[in-house]
Amino acid sequence: MIPVAFEYERATSVESALALLAEHGDNAKLIAGGHSLLPLMKLRLATPGVLVDIARIPELSYVREDGDAIAIGALTRHHDVNTSALLAREVPLLAHAAGQVGDPQVRHRGTIGGSLVHGDPASDLPAVLLALDADVVVAGPAGTRIVPARDLFTGFLETAVGEDELLTEIRVPRVAGVGWSFQKFSQRACDWAIVGVAALGAGDGRGPGVALVNMGATPLRASAVEAALVGGADPAEAAALAAEGTEPPGDLNASPDFREHLARVLVRRALDEAATR
Amino acid sequence: MQVTITVNGEERRHDVEPRLLLVQYLREVLGLTGTNIGCDTSSCGACTVLLDGESVKSCTVLAVQAEGSRITTIEGLAEGDEWHPVQVAFREQHGLQCGYCTPGMVLAAVSLLEECPRPTERQVREGLEGNLCRCTGYHNIVKAVLAASGQSVAVLDTVRPGAVHAPTIGEGPAS
Repeated sequence: MIPVAFEYERATSVESALALLAEHGDNAKLIAGGHSLLPLMKLRLATPGVLVDIARIPELSYVREDGDAIAIGALTRHHDVNTSALLAREVPLLAHAAGQVGDPQVRHRGTIGGSLVHGDPASDLPAVLLALDADVVVAGPAGTRIVPARDLFTGFLETAVGEDELLTEIRVPRVAGVGWSFQKFSQRACDWAIVGVAALGAGDGRGPGVALVNMGATPLRASAVEAALVGGADPAEAAALAAEGTEPPGDLNASPDFREHLARVLVRRALDEAATR
Repeated sequence: MQVTITVNGEERRHDVEPRLLLVQYLREVLGLTGTNIGCDTSSCGACTVLLDGESVKSCTVLAVQAEGSRITTIEGLAEGDEWHPVQVAFREQHGLQCGYCTPGMVLAAVSLLEECPRPTERQVREGLEGNLCRCTGYHNIVKAVLAASGQSVAVLDTVRPGAVHAPTIGEGPAS
């Protein structure tokens, strides 16, 4: 499968990427690892006229402490998130989940920022960052702004990041010592989740975070589960509410009903496992 | 667009279309047909090569994205007449049947052992989860990778009547 022909530009800095986006308008797409965009281009579901390659912007790949948060550069690869000692200590849910994305080859190319701005409800990391109540930093022509993860996913493959903007950083809270779990149900190891769950216990003035993969047009917070937990429900009672407010898709892998069942089962497993950590 | 890529130790320069995939560049421009195309959707791993020493699926990388990189294909793994230890182990442990997945399996295994030099059997199975073998010859592939890491694989040849789980390496006694 061969993509439609396109022009290729290489950005060397955030400023040059923004300038290229301004020049080419909605005809341009950013590419980093390319593991979400290239498959769509090979199927000709995406046909950008210009690809702006940001993979070589050196200042966007890092994991570092920044006050109360851990800051992760948008171009940090899943492999590097998975193997970061800092994240393993401070945000183990994210380090672990990054190691569940795709397979080793995919994790050597795919980036955390790319996974977020692709906005695929079947991807693992968007739900993880929802459960963590992370923020993202977005650079644009008017400067930078902070977008909470809960406002980032606006529709199927749609995010709040504009066509003239670039997501540059992900900021996650330190949650060392807080219980967590990531559950992923798929048929083959390298497949997307048929349903997935990211769960984080309450702590530090923050309620519990439970988020769902592939249970609607966007990654979702399981709000009914979270509210039940805050109200004192046990894991079994809370997990029974996992499908409330969801509109799961039906496809070759699963019907909507089966996805709702999986969500209840996987949330129960996630809450039970988080309670042991 | 001009690209300069070091392939199997040799610097190559070509003018390519931006949409040319790395796997097409290797096979059709350089004639290195040891890298196979399987699913063409980054699922099966047949097209796995090393990019700066790490496994990638070359059907999902543009040649222009590999500008300035080092690529290793199956043709570049041996040192002269000396096979790479993973190649030797695949032969000795019968780690291939039809052979179609083999170049990708071998390079995925080389990358895995670089990151994890003495893996458990489970780590090998998880480390190769991006590579499919349609002959389902996984058992001997896993044995080959464990053998290439210098570990004895004799336990994997034993069959115990009534055992629920096969014996494993690196994770204590099997139940």
